[in-house]
Amino acid sequence: MPKQIILAAHFPGVNNQTVWSDPAAGSQIDFASFTHLARTAERGTFDFFFLAEGLRLREQRGRIHDLDVVGRPDTLTVLAALASVTTHLGLAGTLNATFREPYELARQLATLDHLSGGRSAWNVVTSSDAFTGENFRRGGYLDHALRYERAGEFVRTARELWDSWAPDAVPGDRATGRYLAEADPGAFTHVGEQFDISGHFTVPRSPQGHPVVIQAGDSPDGRDFAAAHADLIFSRHGTLEAGQAFHADVRARVVRNGRAPDAVKILPGATVVLGDTDAEAQERAHHIRRQQVSPQTAILLLEQLWNRDLSGYDPEGPLPAHDPDVSADTISQGRTRFSRDPVATARQWRALAQEKGLGIRDLVIEVTGRQSFIGTPASVAEQMNHAVQSDAADGFILVPHLTPGGLDEFVDRVVPLLRERGVFRTGYTGTTLREHLGLPVPAPAGRGPVPA
Amino acid sequence: MPRPYPLLAVALDGLGWHPAAWRLSTAPADAPFTPGYWAGLVTEAERGTLDLVTVEDSLALQSTRPDGPDGRTDQVRGRLDAVLVAARVAPLTRHIGLVPVAGTTHSEPFHVSTAIATLDHVSQGRAGWQPRVSFRRSEARLFGRREVPELRPDQLDTPAGAALLADLFAEAADVVEVVRRLWDSWQDDAVIRDVATGRFIDRDRLHYVDFAGRWFDVKGPSIVPRPPQGQPVVAALAHDTVPYAFAAGSADLVFVTPADAGHAAAVVAAVRAAERAAGRTGPPLRILADLVVVLGDTPSAARHRRDRLDALDGAPLTSDAAVVTGTPGQLADLIAEWHRAGVDGVRLRPAVLPDDLTTITRALVPALRDRGLYHDRYPGGTLRDLLGLPRPVNRYAPVPA
Repeated sequence: MPKQIILAAHFPGVNNQTVWSDPAAGSQIDFASFTHLARTAERGTFDFFFLAEGLRLREQRGRIHDLDVVGRPDTLTVLAALASVTTHLGLAGTLNATFREPYELARQLATLDHLSGGRSAWNVVTSSDAFTGENFRRGGYLDHALRYERAGEFVRTARELWDSWAPDAVPGDRATGRYLAEADPGAFTHVGEQFDISGHFTVPRSPQGHPVVIQAGDSPDGRDFAAAHADLIFSRHGTLEAGQAFHADVRARVVRNGRAPDAVKILPGATVVLGDTDAEAQERAHHIRRQQVSPQTAILLLEQLWNRDLSGYDPEGPLPAHDPDVSADTISQGRTRFSRDPVATARQWRALAQEKGLGIRDLVIEVTGRQSFIGTPASVAEQMNHAVQSDAADGFILVPHLTPGGLDEFVDRVVPLLRERGVFRTGYTGTTLREHLGLPVPAPAGRGPVPA
Repeated sequence: MPRPYPLLAVALDGLGWHPAAWRLSTAPADAPFTPGYWAGLVTEAERGTLDLVTVEDSLALQSTRPDGPDGRTDQVRGRLDAVLVAARVAPLTRHIGLVPVAGTTHSEPFHVSTAIATLDHVSQGRAGWQPRVSFRRSEARLFGRREVPELRPDQLDTPAGAALLADLFAEAADVVEVVRRLWDSWQDDAVIRDVATGRFIDRDRLHYVDFAGRWFDVKGPSIVPRPPQGQPVVAALAHDTVPYAFAAGSADLVFVTPADAGHAAAVVAAVRAAERAAGRTGPPLRILADLVVVLGDTPSAARHRRDRLDALDGAPLTSDAAVVTGTPGQLADLIAEWHRAGVDGVRLRPAVLPDDLTTITRALVPALRDRGLYHDRYPGGTLRDLLGLPRPVNRYAPVPA
């Protein structure tokens, strides 16, 4: 049997990839939008739904950024609500380990796993930025170098809590009056560099044992964290060559951690544009790119690289002649840096603009955020399958540009072709996310294996 | 305007409020860990046109001891996160208010605010929040972030105990203040989608909350647009002067625990005095009296159920709230009497779930309707509408000239 493709549906985020100016663009906060995308994904027998998180609104030049979609729900609350309008779809969310404590988050994730019948997943991120910390009791307290140390100990602690109830802890025998098999279930003690906690966990072992753990960082530390702790990686390496190189690198790290090479599945984020012909798809892709990069957004993205106020520049005119400001203060806050070497990148952009005769907006369209798969449904199905069969990916997290209907066409037109090729399920065979992904249920610590 | 007939709420916890409830419940013993159970309870409550349900929570395992586990194996232990339970049932219901407990001592105010705001979006304006103060050392140890001095219940009246409680409630008031500011940090019309200028929001309609207090600072704004109700309903359980003051300063709705109708009038007077002392300017607190209810078709059937439950637990039921053992008709008369004494309604704590809830929806509610004391159908609208509370003006919105 050919390798089976994993598919996830990413709710459109708060960067310029999400097009809000289109007449078909709906609300970013109404629950109906979340329901629509989740039900579309479930109609397409996707593995899971994915929701990112923000804990502070982005700023540029010291003011709240206003050009992209702003505002989103609390991740856990929406996932719990989605559990009641779906039956099989996995429910994954980003939840920051810096501004939460293991006891509370492990409890919420185990709750979500119960409330969804075993469909929960957690994308572990950490943050060291004091900017986000201003919304929290502890402020920005975490040194950058300690991010993955905290994340690793956080996940280990969460797993201790998820293992703290025996699978058969609640016999609930009315005849004998024995509710619990043993007194005081959920006992735990964790003493480490990051956490010194003890007590009793309140949530019985959940259907998946442990919710699925996802990791998205790309640095060597991030890859090592994933190799040690994660079940899935949300990767940024969507091209064939980069995907294969990343795949090989991660597999080596996974094996060094004593895990099976395929224990960690790799899912690049991907965007899709369809057309009845390749030419029509290319035309639609360009139209979407122009929607994603408005004149104002073009200037703003340029400012992120130049780290200067460029509001006086004409979006249709030439790029700035001077180099970026590489001093420490970044003009934008609440997002990752644009480039590791802004001066070199800026020079490349200027050269490209001169060579092709592009103004600022067209240059930005050219160099940022091109879609991953563009073509007819047959061509896209073939490209995706080729990437998976050649180990550039194990599947994809699809990021639509429109809320909430951005995956309708993919599910209607591409999913049937993947099914025809025998590389994607025609129906769910299991009920839990672990079953969809072919991941075993973790054995409870010290209690031997549990049948899946 | 408070409405002319009583408000009716039900408090959901485990398999019921009697410690032996699970022995007689018609639900499976592990039902509180399954979504279908909660969906069944809340949809049943909605069939009975109840105004709201609360969902209990505590960070620590249930115990008969004041702090720490008790080693018992004969009672329900274990619970799920209440906010997520409320969110799970929200899309399955259309009218009933959903009021989960969430803590003020260990949880992040920012997360609580965005979670309840999201519950309000998900439920289209039916969210509430019951803040819970945590004074137990066992709960502090779950987080390992702060020291809480050991305090036995018999020490609550000592100066040290009073000082600790005063601090915890003052902190809770700060938490509610931050949560409420964050709910208002987006004006209703902040999203403009103005293609000509490329702007999704008018950022002048978003506001930093800039809270700086004794325990924490929060910058804002929220990540969640203003909830449909503007301000979801804040409810407080209050037994005494300090929590009355907290409710008067921070809440929309207060659950009180009078012993009888006469006491109910006295408690209402104490709550109103606390409102005056707090300089409350908004609508007066809606006051609901808590009652544990053990119901039966006849007085003796109810008595028999109560005796069986007590026998199974090995001790007579004790509670902070009054316990009513009787028929739905007797309970309806009692609610009418307490309503005349000045409470706006009652929050019933069913002794056994789902059994006593079903009796409430199928026998008590018709008995109240027969007496002209309850609505036949939902009037439509938000939880604030059900409670007769207006949608608040946003504190940050410019006053129209």
